[in-house]
Amino acid sequence: MLVAVFATLAVIAIVSAIVVVLHRNPVFSTMSLVVTLVSTAGLFVLLGSPFLAALQILLYTGAILVLFLFVIMLLNVQRERTAVTRASGMVIAAGICAVVLAGAVIRLFWAAYSGATFAPQNPESSSLVTIARELFGAYILPFEMIGLLLLVAVVAASWVAQKGDPAKSDTPEAPDAPAAASSVASGGKS
Amino acid sequence: MTVPIVWYLILAAVLFCIGAFGALTRRSGIAIFLSIELMLNAANLTLVAYSRVHGDSAGQMFVFFALAVAAAEAAVGLGLFISIYRLRHTIDINRLNRLRW
Repeated sequence: MLVAVFATLAVIAIVSAIVVVLHRNPVFSTMSLVVTLVSTAGLFVLLGSPFLAALQILLYTGAILVLFLFVIMLLNVQRERTAVTRASGMVIAAGICAVVLAGAVIRLFWAAYSGATFAPQNPESSSLVTIARELFGAYILPFEMIGLLLLVAVVAASWVAQKGDPAKSDTPEAPDAPAAASSVASGGKS
Repeated sequence: MTVPIVWYLILAAVLFCIGAFGALTRRSGIAIFLSIELMLNAANLTLVAYSRVHGDSAGQMFVFFALAVAAAEAAVGLGLFISIYRLRHTIDINRLNRLRW
């Protein structure tokens, strides 16, 4: 039963990951990344950490991928009319690299963990109370630093993406640089 | 009967390599970013599997922090894409070669 669930989730994850990598339309890629992440969340449940599964669905598919979709709509990224990927020699080289890397890593995993079994599941080890105690006990410093990192990221993202930042007005190759600069200047004064 | 832990690790390795292939070969910046998210997700899967093997919750904590870092990375990266698009009107990385030579 568990094997069937695992096999189903694994096949869904791999197929939708391939769709993410190969589809021309970025919206389709993003939506199939959602499928991959949800099936990975199912694997997290199988591995006995439902908290992380909920977090994965909330954070990744609820927040990050919505951000992706938002930017795709905002930038009006067309589906690629030319070839999806770069030069074919590079594709072949990257494919060989990926296959070799996968083989090496799988070989290592097999050597190290082929006989490994699950540790006896402590029913409290993945409960919310235990996770919260660890998070606010032993991991309190990384937790606070993550908060700081998110604050810095929000400030940096909004500064980088704002209109009329100094990096723009002194770039000569922008086609509409004078008009944009004047509009920025007037916008800044008003 | 439970699934042997090594199958989770193999699945994660396969997902990681699919993501690496995409990050190396796609032309659109958004697609490269999606491939990077795929690789991050595969690494999270290995961490949860290790946590289950060793009966230690440190792996789950690492995944928690990795999720937060992924959120920060997505925010900054997409902000950069918006900025680049405003400058160059494209995010095709074959045409964003100003720093290459």
